[in-house]
Amino acid sequence: MTEPIISARGLTKTFWRRSQRKGMLGAMRGLVDRGGTEVTAVDDVSFDIPAGEIVGYIGPNGAGKSTTIKMLTGILVPSSGEVSVAGHTPWEERRQLAQKIGVVFGQRTQLWWDLPLSESLELLRFMYKVPERRFKHNLAEATDLLDLAPFLETPVRQLSLGQRMRGDLAAALLHEPPILYLDEPTIGLDLVAKTRIREFLAELNRSSGVTILLTTHDLADIERLCKRIVVIDHGRIVHDGELERLKARFSSKRQLTLDFDVVPDLASAVLPTGTALFDQEGPRVRIAFDRHERSAPEVLSLMGRFGTIRDMSIDEPAIEDVIQELYAESARATA
Amino acid sequence: MRLYLELARRAFQQTLTYRGAALAGIFTNGIFGIMIASVFLAFYQSHGSGDAVQGWTRDQTITLVWINQSLLMTVYLWGWWEVTRNIQSGAIVTELLKPYDYFTYWLSRDFGRALAHFLVRGVPTFLIGAIVFDILAPESWLRAASFLLSVAMAVIVSFCLRFMANLAGFWVLDYRGIAAMFAAIMNVLSGMLAPLAFLPDPLRIVANALPFRAVIMTPNEVYLGQVPIWEGLGFQMLWIVILIVSARLLMATGERRLVVQGG
Ligand SMILES: Nc1ncnc2c1ncn2[C@@H]1O[C@H](COP(=O)(O)OP(=O)(O)OP(=O)(O)O)[C@@H](O)[C@H]1O
Ligand SMILES: [Mg+2]
Repeated sequence: MTEPIISARGLTKTFWRRSQRKGMLGAMRGLVDRGGTEVTAVDDVSFDIPAGEIVGYIGPNGAGKSTTIKMLTGILVPSSGEVSVAGHTPWEERRQLAQKIGVVFGQRTQLWWDLPLSESLELLRFMYKVPERRFKHNLAEATDLLDLAPFLETPVRQLSLGQRMRGDLAAALLHEPPILYLDEPTIGLDLVAKTRIREFLAELNRSSGVTILLTTHDLADIERLCKRIVVIDHGRIVHDGELERLKARFSSKRQLTLDFDVVPDLASAVLPTGTALFDQEGPRVRIAFDRHERSAPEVLSLMGRFGTIRDMSIDEPAIEDVIQELYAESARATA
Repeated sequence: MRLYLELARRAFQQTLTYRGAALAGIFTNGIFGIMIASVFLAFYQSHGSGDAVQGWTRDQTITLVWINQSLLMTVYLWGWWEVTRNIQSGAIVTELLKPYDYFTYWLSRDFGRALAHFLVRGVPTFLIGAIVFDILAPESWLRAASFLLSVAMAVIVSFCLRFMANLAGFWVLDYRGIAAMFAAIMNVLSGMLAPLAFLPDPLRIVANALPFRAVIMTPNEVYLGQVPIWEGLGFQMLWIVILIVSARLLMATGERRLVVQGG
């Protein structure tokens, strides 16, 4: 495998959170003494991301996702640990790195509120010193893929959230960065807008090989875009690997849906050990079983004694359930 | 360089689009000019109109009143807290991720804005003053041109002062106290309300040693011929150098705090 384009080693960030004091006197005292608590937002985080990968960085609120992204951009200095992004140490070479990364914070815009989108994009062209021909080409491409044409001349303050997010994506990509950081790029968007952005990102990664690190609370983003996910909780990585492996590791509970040709009488029947009746609608029966106790073919053949089975399917565990189990496990581990 | 020109150009155009605001502003500056000038006229009358007060003749003071009303928006004496608000909202994080110089970025925008305000607010207000009152003309074309240069430098001095006041946002959570203090200091120490010569002695000596006078008093003195041109412009230049260095140092300190403590 090639050198990773992003790598973090033992990345740690502790914040000093001042205890809030009431009133003028409290504020004055807050200036002199250092009352407060230490918060470890990111705790010994290490990962490598090879060029061209899309990695989902997920975790509950306050897990440390945004803090990590800020350190990878160079706007935040870690308390300890090492980072290399495209060969740069971000907080030491923020300016040089800026040319190689695109950043979108879903919660805020990098466009100018008062200017039409097209003017914002043009200013960014001068900022990143994009040659005019490249700029024209990239703008045309972004306009096409993100369907910007209807609102290119609209002042940014009048754009809908979905339009603004598309504008922000175009803005982040004008200088053709090989790396794209997205902190909740689909927050607050409707389903159509979300889908459009996912399609765009998938296409961008496929055609230009842009490396994407994205945080989200919408697991559909993850399922659509990321093979690999890094899950962080309380600042610590609790999973790093393929989504499929995570699914396999958790939810050992599976469901088998069976269609009998006649309605079987299961209410009073004794089911094989390791299986349980989940529900039944006429001839359709759903059986829950533990993957570690019984295999699916085993369950299938055992159920055969209740009648002829015409059709069957195994339900994949829902990603929501998997993640929930993961969070629950990490909560138990820290308790 | 091109970026900063483009930023200035857009700020200039942006400012020009607010026509209603410009009209309302001219009206306000006109009314204030008339009120303040009338107060000074009454003041000189009670003194015996021919006499100069603290070295200022009646016509010089009236001219200062109108120059001040005309320059008020151009030098944007107070009321600009955009950087503070960006620091406090966290928007500064996205700004600092861009490959440009933060100080020059805002200076260019402010310069574009100032030029537009000079044209749409300054010139009409001055014309009102010239029509309604006896206003002195500069004694030579050189003086007139130097005045324009002095106004440009006043904009830079004012910007540096405002920028530094804005940076307080890195350390202070509520900037309203600072904003009120800053407005008061700018109004009194720049010479906006009255020529600094009218201030009581200790305050006058302090005010003359500080950069605030370079924002209002110096352009007036250059216009009225009260100082040699080189002295007025030199005084401004000196402060521009000192203030740019200070503003950059302060910015670097604030930025260091931000990248360590988080936004
Ligand atoms: N500047 C700061 N000062 C003090 N504490 C901070 C600061 N920034 C973040 N934190 C704390 O660090 C922890 C991690 O915050 P972070 O914003 O990285 O979480 P997140 O995973 O992005 O959460 P969310 O999903 O809500 O966006 C939180 O406990 C937060 O309160
Ligand atoms: Mg976050």
